[in-house]
Amino acid sequence: MSAVVAEHDDHHDHGPAKGLLRWIITTNHKDIGTLYLVFALAMFFVGGTMAMIIRAELFEPGMQFVNPQFFNSMTTMHALVMVFGAVMPAFVGLANWMIPMMIGAPDMALPRMNNMSFWLLVAGVLLLASTLFMEGGAPASGWTLYPPLVLQTGKALPFAIFSVHLLGISSIMGAINIIATIFNMRAPGMTLMKMPMFVWTWLITAFLLIAIMPVFAGAVTMLLTDRFFDTSFFDAAGGGDPVLYQHIFWFFGHPEVYVMILPTFGVASTIIPVFARKPLFGYSSMVYATASIAFLSFIVWAHHMFTVGMPIAGELYFMYATMLIAIPTGVKVFNWTATMWKGSMTFETPMLFSIAFVVLFTMGGFTGLMMAVAPVDFQYHDTYFIVAHFHYTLVPASVFILMAAGYFWLPKWTGHMYDERIGRLHFWLSAISVNVLFFPQHFLGLAGMPRRIPDYAVQFADWNMISSIGGFIFGASQLLFLYIVIDTIRGGTGEKVTAEVWEDAAKHSLEWTLPSPPPYHSFTTPPTVIPTEHI
Amino acid sequence: MKKAKQLFAGLILMAFGLGTAQAEYTLNLMKGVTKVSNDIYDLHMLILWICVFIGIGVFGTMFYSIYHHRKSKGHKAEQFHENTTVEIIWTIIPTLILISMAIPATKAMMELDDVQESEMSIKVTGHQWKWEYEYLDNGIHFFSSLDEASNKVRQVGSGLDPRSVSNYLLNVDKPLVIPTKKKIRFVFTSADVIHSWWVPDLGWKKDTNPGFINESWTSVDEPGTYRGQCTELCGKDHGFMPIVVIAMNEPEYNAWVEQQKAATAAEAGSASKQWTKEELAAKGKTVYETSCASCHMPDGAGLPGTFPALKASPVVTGDINAQVKLMLNGKGMMPAFGKMLSAVDFAAVVTYTRNGLGNSVGDSIQPSAIQTLQSATPAADKNE
Repeated sequence: MSAVVAEHDDHHDHGPAKGLLRWIITTNHKDIGTLYLVFALAMFFVGGTMAMIIRAELFEPGMQFVNPQFFNSMTTMHALVMVFGAVMPAFVGLANWMIPMMIGAPDMALPRMNNMSFWLLVAGVLLLASTLFMEGGAPASGWTLYPPLVLQTGKALPFAIFSVHLLGISSIMGAINIIATIFNMRAPGMTLMKMPMFVWTWLITAFLLIAIMPVFAGAVTMLLTDRFFDTSFFDAAGGGDPVLYQHIFWFFGHPEVYVMILPTFGVASTIIPVFARKPLFGYSSMVYATASIAFLSFIVWAHHMFTVGMPIAGELYFMYATMLIAIPTGVKVFNWTATMWKGSMTFETPMLFSIAFVVLFTMGGFTGLMMAVAPVDFQYHDTYFIVAHFHYTLVPASVFILMAAGYFWLPKWTGHMYDERIGRLHFWLSAISVNVLFFPQHFLGLAGMPRRIPDYAVQFADWNMISSIGGFIFGASQLLFLYIVIDTIRGGTGEKVTAEVWEDAAKHSLEWTLPSPPPYHSFTTPPTVIPTEHI
Repeated sequence: MKKAKQLFAGLILMAFGLGTAQAEYTLNLMKGVTKVSNDIYDLHMLILWICVFIGIGVFGTMFYSIYHHRKSKGHKAEQFHENTTVEIIWTIIPTLILISMAIPATKAMMELDDVQESEMSIKVTGHQWKWEYEYLDNGIHFFSSLDEASNKVRQVGSGLDPRSVSNYLLNVDKPLVIPTKKKIRFVFTSADVIHSWWVPDLGWKKDTNPGFINESWTSVDEPGTYRGQCTELCGKDHGFMPIVVIAMNEPEYNAWVEQQKAATAAEAGSASKQWTKEELAAKGKTVYETSCASCHMPDGAGLPGTFPALKASPVVTGDINAQVKLMLNGKGMMPAFGKMLSAVDFAAVVTYTRNGLGNSVGDSIQPSAIQTLQSATPAADKNE
């Protein structure tokens, strides 16, 4: 017995393992959080490179650089890499780092599964990337993988499908871990309705993930058996229906886009009150709005399919249900505005990115409302108007908030302050170029340019060129972020940051009560005072 | 953020500048040429203006706050954090706005959906990568693919200027012709993958699903040429299968119908005549370029791993009847051309592939022989 106890004591003194092995075998929430964030940043640049190839080909009418098949592979892989390799893992990384610290826990509830979930993600994304080098090329059917087109993929199809399975398993494990942590490891006194909004939004997101990833895995497995085992789920000749796939896919796909936006809401609701020096306006209505949006996300899927040929009752139902989403989303935007109202605001880089998020996400919300109206969507559908819409809700929304989170918490994570001047330069370059990049795409779509085409009629030339220029500036500006991250890790401005980092931040959330950088195991004894400023 | 706003204003001003410089250019949705497309346009503008007004309200409040309620101006933060009345108001007002939008939207949707009492029907079949049109009332039937001029320019690295082609990528070899002032029902299906048929001026698009039928309708008042494109990703040449609809007044339309019928009869006649190898090969080159070159490439080199090369291919240089049988019935991604090409075009392209593209087998096949095989081979025989 004594030997066991001694070993246990010994274990307590262990810091991280030495060398590279630390990162492979780690079960520590901060190490795994860092792995997720670094991986996501790397994939952001990989997916971004693909976007640059797309924008280079679209810079001028005519086919200059790539053949149409490879162009389609690029749009497909850009989406898959950004969704499954960059945005989702980045939010899991934030969850890993922040949730234990925010709820007063020492670590995540299931640390070994945490490690496995990360490495499965890497395996899944590498498998997906390997399809680029296979005979017949990477999948080129769009990230939605619609049959029958996707069944024409060359050797890559089973690899892409297996990669989706791995990514799904990884996401589900991550989600289980987050739910288990939030339900079991909150400090005494941290009731559900006192949790920071970021924790709330991730709790709801984790339930979404568990509900939808198996659905997606099922859909792609049916593709697999249709291609290799002579089933006919999606083939009319055998009694199946290609549109069935779209229903299953979007039953996954619509909640999936909320998986990327709900944690975004959570971070925005965390950052804005700190820099407005005011409590979040309408905490409980924020919680209920998030839950409503999550619920509605399950019953609106066919608004992605208005032109697929649905009965009129279906068209009308999905139109009404989709319009309803505007209500809780509006509540959120009004609440953020009311949080800023009569505050005492300062505009450090995280706040700048958060304000840009509120404004530009709302623009994406407006176009979303426009296309919820089914008859008008018969014009908008599958045009650049749609491309503009979802990029507004993803790039200046999710990606901007990830940047904001980076600037907000980097001083906490590293103990060093980032260079505010370069941070603001990064912000202004990004905020301007992202609009030059995506705003003209509204015009292109309305004027009649379909999406996913490698070449276009000459009347679309001017706006495509402007959009491409915006894209190149936006892409290049992100290298500044990479520089800032590396610079901050290596010492930043040299200024010693306090535990609080930002003025009165500790009133808002528990992570600011820990030293910067925080100890390897966050709260080894639970905190006694629960901050309530955010409520 | 203010800079971003200024940028929007700049962009919009630029847009107007460009709009005057290039007459064809539009920034907004087009009104189109049908009642439905006009209703959709009105609905679009209604929602756009609602969004603009809400945007001005929300962003106005936010920017007022950003300007006045800042620490550098010495503003002290107030500590309020909820107000039930305000929260109820900003839940109820959007609900009312949504209801007021839903009413005209429902009306437009019902109108769009009503294909009853149509005066004629056209069946549209999507193919990789062309459209097939069949007039169900008078039997006119043809394929419509990207015009030759655009097709030359759009090849990777062609070095040709797209601006030198009129209606680059929006022109076809054989447009769809419809009469004006008639309610026309369209039925849509596909021979391979899902496509989507969109002419913005008609106000809608509709997917073509293999094995299923979709319906839609239009009624055009003014004669004119209306252009559109496939809008559902359908593979490599998705961007290169445009749609051209020409609306004609009734008498001109009737004349066109007669002309088409005469051409079909002439085509049938030419199938029974004896063709020389050279005649067939010359005609076959054109057929090859419209029907085969997008996969097997203009020089017959194919795309390794996806589309086989025809140059020195064992099928093309082997038994001629085996090649004809494969082409009639299709195989894998290769469509069954038995129903897509006329006997003359079929015989011509077979002859061309065997004596062009670097092959020199030396034989040829007559259209009459193809006709015999077309009627003898059941379409379902895919065991090749």
